[in-house]
Amino acid sequence: MLQIKDYTDIVGQNVIDELAMLSRQLQGKRIQNINSTAVGGGVAEILTRMLPLLHELGVDARWDVIRGDEKFFAITKKMHNALHGVSETIGAEDLEYFLEVNERNVAEMDLNCDIHFIHDPQPIGLVRERPRVGGKWIWRCHIDFTDPDQKLWEFLKGFIEMYDAAVFSAPAFARSLPIRQALISPSIDPLSDKNKELPQEFIDAVFQKYGIDQKRPVVCQISRFDYLKDPVGVIEAYKLAKEHVDCQLVLAGGGAVDDPEGMRVLADVRQAAENDPDIFVLFLPPAADLEINALQRGSTIVLQKSLKEGFGLTVAEALWKAKPVIATAVGGIQLQITHKYSGILTHSIEGTGFWIKQLLNEPEYARKLGVNGREHIKNNYLIFRHLRDYLLLFLSVFETKDVVFYG
Amino acid sequence: MSVFYFKTRLNLVEMLGIRVSNVPDLLEQIRQVPGSSIYHHTHRFLQQHNYLCPEPPNDFAFWISNALGLDDLGEQLASVDTIKFVKINDLRDAFSVIIEKYLQRNPDKKVQCHEGEEFHFMSCRTFVFATDHQAADTAEFIRALRLISINSLYYHIFESRLRLGKVGNDFSQWFEAIGRKKLAEAIARLDPYTITLEGLRKKIIKSVEEYAAN
Repeated sequence: MLQIKDYTDIVGQNVIDELAMLSRQLQGKRIQNINSTAVGGGVAEILTRMLPLLHELGVDARWDVIRGDEKFFAITKKMHNALHGVSETIGAEDLEYFLEVNERNVAEMDLNCDIHFIHDPQPIGLVRERPRVGGKWIWRCHIDFTDPDQKLWEFLKGFIEMYDAAVFSAPAFARSLPIRQALISPSIDPLSDKNKELPQEFIDAVFQKYGIDQKRPVVCQISRFDYLKDPVGVIEAYKLAKEHVDCQLVLAGGGAVDDPEGMRVLADVRQAAENDPDIFVLFLPPAADLEINALQRGSTIVLQKSLKEGFGLTVAEALWKAKPVIATAVGGIQLQITHKYSGILTHSIEGTGFWIKQLLNEPEYARKLGVNGREHIKNNYLIFRHLRDYLLLFLSVFETKDVVFYG
Repeated sequence: MSVFYFKTRLNLVEMLGIRVSNVPDLLEQIRQVPGSSIYHHTHRFLQQHNYLCPEPPNDFAFWISNALGLDDLGEQLASVDTIKFVKINDLRDAFSVIIEKYLQRNPDKKVQCHEGEEFHFMSCRTFVFATDHQAADTAEFIRALRLISINSLYYHIFESRLRLGKVGNDFSQWFEAIGRKKLAEAIARLDPYTITLEGLRKKIIKSVEEYAAN
């Protein structure tokens, strides 16, 4: 298991010292994370990485999972879709059952702690126990809240307002609420398989495996095959650029074979790529993190031409590898890239094609963007910034002032 | 003997749930959001992009130029000399006046940003901590300054002055207190808004070394 000292060379001793300083202020405080799944999904992944680091810092943090049956999770799945703007029918009976399961969990769960850190909508109703158990309550929303279903939002809002603070991942997700709203963006782990340094031989082997010519420029987009990632638009942008510069295109990503929409997108992409031997469409298995890492590291430019994006951690992954990134100005991508400083933000297929040409023709400028991008990720989107923000958040619920002094 | 105790600070960013998509709405909010929001939007780049040179301007200028394409107004807002202000409300007024004048000159210019590129008002909460570093003379000061984090340097130069309403930066005040008046003035003259934080650290160390030698 990775320990804090393993990260010292990457983030610096000062960052580690500051975390220790913050942790000291939380001595004696018990923090309880509650979500709806112990494995799989982004929240479980974050907590699995965070908890050992918090313990190593001496923070008394624990993690509990609510129980629900098939019916409950079918309802929360519908809620998840509706919060993403998908049309779903959620009846009064559904909401009643949702709250009933929350209540059932209260009876089975030890809520005796100082800070209740509730993740996502599934356990949101636990806050109704606040008058009985006391403590501070924080609701952490991990999902894209740009355009939530209004009726469902009103239902959830009634609970959110009972918390001390809410946390969202991007500014666009903030809402008009009477409680404090913190901005805590997701992060990447620089030592995970997706992001760690790789030997050049491994990168070479991956490129050879797929027949990609490393002597010629490679433009790639890593993302699941989804219309919202606009892979066909990527092919069109590549074709526009290729009229004037030589390059290859790699579209790599995963997806569930039982996801009919994903398979349709993959078929469309393969059709759009037909007859061009310089386009590589790679449908990768779920455990392909090292290959994805290698493809990003071996590419000349990385694209993320999403039509809609929650945060877009693939951008952070590419920037961490000091790659020049061209991405659409949507969602959390705008936090990761400052246009013309740490990457390029575009709004169209034509704009993306234009910037592919520019960066391939101006490798020194492209290199500088990549260097700046890596620094930006190092300072703002690595797991230790995430950890620091959580510690500050825990401290913040005990304070009312904008400037707080310790020691 | 006067001892300088180095402190450091960490920020938690908060969102106000206010978004605007054009210049008049931006002005309306600049006039009324809390001072901590004006502070955040005029100092965020310094903290998040402390490696960049030249540094991007304040958030208002950057958004006006990049999301609305109003380069002339963006340039005017970028050139606001933040170092001259000791009160957040005066800084707020400076931005308001520039935008008001622009709107008076261009009453028919109604530019909206693309959907998804709205300006989101945020603010920050600051947590200040004591560190183990301290200095009783210039030699110790240089030694400590080489070791402190960027956050500590940031606190003593920016936060302490504009956010806590002190007259000058903490370093100049201490140099003055230990009888190093010229050094205090030299540090006070620096424009920290046009240097990366690491560049600023080097400049201060160089100044202290030069003045200490004389």
